Amino acid sequence: MNYRWDWSVLWREPYGGWLLSGLGWTLAVTLGSFVVALAVGLPMGIAGRLPSRATRAVASVYVGLFRSVPPLVQLFLWYFVIPDLLPDAAGMWVKRDMPYPELTTASVAIGLFAAARVAEQVRAGLLAVEQRLLPVALASGLRPLQAFRLILLPLGLRRVIGPLTGEALVTMKLSSLSLAIGVLELTAQSRHIENETFQGFEAFTAATILYLVIGLGLTAVMGVIARRAR
Amino acid sequence: MDDFDWAVILRSAGFLGHGLALSALLVAVASLGGLGLGTGLALVRLVAPRGVGAIVAGYVAVLRSVPLILVLFWFYFLLPIATGRPVSALGSALTAFVLFEAAFYCEIVRAGIAGVPQGQRLAAMATGLRGWQALRLVILPQAARAMVPVLLNQVILVFQDTSLVYVVSLRDFLTTANIVATRDGRPLEMYGTVAVTYLVLCLGGTLLIRLRSA
Repeated sequence: MNYRWDWSVLWREPYGGWLLSGLGWTLAVTLGSFVVALAVGLPMGIAGRLPSRATRAVASVYVGLFRSVPPLVQLFLWYFVIPDLLPDAAGMWVKRDMPYPELTTASVAIGLFAAARVAEQVRAGLLAVEQRLLPVALASGLRPLQAFRLILLPLGLRRVIGPLTGEALVTMKLSSLSLAIGVLELTAQSRHIENETFQGFEAFTAATILYLVIGLGLTAVMGVIARRAR
Repeated sequence: MDDFDWAVILRSAGFLGHGLALSALLVAVASLGGLGLGTGLALVRLVAPRGVGAIVAGYVAVLRSVPLILVLFWFYFLLPIATGRPVSALGSALTAFVLFEAAFYCEIVRAGIAGVPQGQRLAAMATGLRGWQALRLVILPQAARAMVPVLLNQVILVFQDTSLVYVVSLRDFLTTANIVATRDGRPLEMYGTVAVTYLVLCLGGTLLIRLRSA
């Protein structure tokens, strides 16, 4: 094995800058996707446990659809197909004129996939509380919807914060998919440096460590939120 | 937007079929290899001295924390250097998949073993079985039965994961569809076909697993 080590590639111009900007895009896609995942996944998860057959059906169709198609395929649908199905002006806007088209599309596509996972976590959390406390709540004289709103929802959502940490990490890993539509995030930039300099060891090691650091950071942030919510 | 063109799907069906076959090969190797290696890792963590167990734990934690695409790039780059000769994209992808999925299978197997009540081990020991015999004859069979639905679900996740070989230009199902979509300017037909196929296979599989294990 002959390999010429050169760790300086990680801070030399322009490669150090590439890594930093890749890190920035990874954080942006992760944050954007997770916001979408929560905005859609929380209501979907709640709908999945509401005492109503219609909302439960909507929730399980959503989860079934969005979890059964690989996220990369969904990303391609949102990027290459959906704009063509829209009316001309709207399609043009999505493709070109909306702010940060690739970042926005990636956040929506990855976010809606992650939302199905979040919905499952929320539903499971609510179900666990429901099995323990619903009979108690009903016996105390609450009507089903009141029991849901006053007992199951607050206790159930608090239980979900732990599993949501895992989902935040999954979203971070999924953010790398955005390279397929041209977002130069961390993984893409490390590959770029490898292609330019052949220093793959250094570039991929840097990316691996940065992902581990982001993961630890996300875990810490979610830990603080979990303590606040208690 | 022109009308939906069924002909392009029919015309490229053979090509897409080859892509699907490659996806199936990736799923088979990644699932079986990952399960084998992952079970090995789980057993090492169970019985090996603490130092070795910590190394395995670190391996599993790192692979579970980084994107699969990065792992694919790692092996695409690393294998030719490590072996000193060119390695095909398929060879490097298969290696990456087995080593990556093993980390996930390791955790599934560990959880399965941990799920067997402690009393089972004690009872087995009380009947005179040694530690290893108790593991092999009493704990693992029960753990295996409990793990079956989770393991089958993991196969579905691996099937979805294999679509990522797109990034090393391997011609799996998605990549073949992508080639036709670009060549013929038919993204709706091609990506639609891919999405519906994955939907039917993965949703069907999920429902089947739920039905059998209910």
